[in-house]
Amino acid sequence: MKYEAVIGLEVHAQLLTDSKIFCSCSTQFGAPPNSHVCPVCLGMPGVLPVLNKQVVNFAMKMALATHCRINPFSVFARKNYFYPDLPKGYQISQYEHPLAEDGWVEIEINGGKKRIGIIRIHMEEDAGKLIHDPYKPVSYVDFNRTGVPLIEIVSKPDIRSPEEAVAYLKKLRSILRYLEICDGNMEEGSFRCDANVSVRPLGSEKFGTRTELKNMNSFKHVQRALAYEIERQISVLEEGDVVVQETRLWDEAKGVTRSMRGKEEAHDYRYFPDPDLVPVEIDSEWIEEIRQTLPELPDEKKERFIKEYQLPPYDAEVLTSSKELAHYFEAVVSACHNPKMASNWVMSELLGRLNQDKRDITECPIAPEALGELIQLITKGTISGKIGKTVFEEMYETGASATEIVKKKGLVQITDEGVLREIAQKIIETHPKEAEQYKAGKEKLLGFFVGQMMKETKGKANPQLANKIFKELLKG
Amino acid sequence: MKISRQEVAHVARLARLSFSEDEMELFTNQLNQILLYMEKLNEIDTQNIKPTYHALELTNVLREDKVGPSLPPERVLSNAPAENKDMFVVPRIIR
Repeated sequence: MKYEAVIGLEVHAQLLTDSKIFCSCSTQFGAPPNSHVCPVCLGMPGVLPVLNKQVVNFAMKMALATHCRINPFSVFARKNYFYPDLPKGYQISQYEHPLAEDGWVEIEINGGKKRIGIIRIHMEEDAGKLIHDPYKPVSYVDFNRTGVPLIEIVSKPDIRSPEEAVAYLKKLRSILRYLEICDGNMEEGSFRCDANVSVRPLGSEKFGTRTELKNMNSFKHVQRALAYEIERQISVLEEGDVVVQETRLWDEAKGVTRSMRGKEEAHDYRYFPDPDLVPVEIDSEWIEEIRQTLPELPDEKKERFIKEYQLPPYDAEVLTSSKELAHYFEAVVSACHNPKMASNWVMSELLGRLNQDKRDITECPIAPEALGELIQLITKGTISGKIGKTVFEEMYETGASATEIVKKKGLVQITDEGVLREIAQKIIETHPKEAEQYKAGKEKLLGFFVGQMMKETKGKANPQLANKIFKELLKG
Repeated sequence: MKISRQEVAHVARLARLSFSEDEMELFTNQLNQILLYMEKLNEIDTQNIKPTYHALELTNVLREDKVGPSLPPERVLSNAPAENKDMFVVPRIIR
């Protein structure tokens, strides 16, 4: 039988505010343990949480960017459970009345477009961090993260494959980063994802029993964990067994998902409205104010790149995957006025080189204006494209400008026909056998002659001109 | 009966409370009486009345995103039954 997977994702994104959601403690990552806590985030009796306005603004930005409806009235609720990372015994979240509902994002999959629905986006506080002792049966608790603002983004079960799941996550992350409200760092946990997965016979409308997957700390983990879990559920069904509804942990080292025991009661959260916090009311004026602050988002930017710069959709997708990269590309274009060349150089040479060093575009040692200058030297014919690559490498290593390097190393292209003709004559004289063969019809040897010319001129000969001269000299 | 003994046992477990057989009997009866009394509220017609989410008729009590001082770690840990390197030490629970 053929099966299809049904996947829904819950994403938690840490918001880049300076202070926590309900108190004025700093949200700074990596501070000494328990140095950013106060009576409010410790859940001391008698304290009163007060909502950080920036959290609402940031959450609204994401809601608008993902086409959600922002509810005019939303309420914070207590999610009750006992766990050592939660000093109050409950997490302040939203339940019945979330900030926003019913949106979507578009992903690109197998050359086509697909919309993934969003059920809701709500605001909540993060929990503390537990470090388990590797030898003793104890854990250590650091409450610095307690109360760091999160938004939870819950997708509809519209996702059908691990590839779609990753594309959806990358899109969300890209939007969050464009909005500058989350740094999207999966390893540090500022962008986290849980997945609900089930399988059903292809064509069936009914959902199968689902499992919840946790502990996926990179896009690669998500991809592998989902692929594994889908296969596991299919083989359970094929053997005539039933899938057990449970939470499973991804074990990256072993490449399997494992059942997490003893969590059956955990889903009884007994939500109720938090009496410490008053409701949030959002009018259309506030929404419009936030809408005005939205930057050009990845989808819009991509469309513009295709139109304005005549780029293929794939190139436009790569170049707009982060705001910084898109910005870099546009700066190169305005320096060299050649979008096609700019795209080629950024996509292959620059990204390839950065990738080699595991560097981000923000850590690029070549300024966009400097790359634009290099491209101009090529388009003007001052240097050949091949020499351009050598110059690029030197620019990357030393930070010197293309013009400087070309001047210092004497790399200016030879375009003087007389000079090239002279060299060509000599090459033909020293290679009579090849010249003979060429004249006899082995035209492939033209490449050999041009190659000799490049060797002779250390790559500085203008290749088109070299081609033309050899053709003329070797004619008949 | 508004609440079963089984439900009381469940709620007790969620609250990490353990009771003797006699206590279970006692609390089930008491909770039942409380719930029966609260049942009176259902006699009122609330069809066209919006639910009350807060006793105060306030909304949008907000603060600016400004960092203020936190507590020194030694005060944070002053009530901790056990500590190590400025962290609380708890029995290990893997969820």
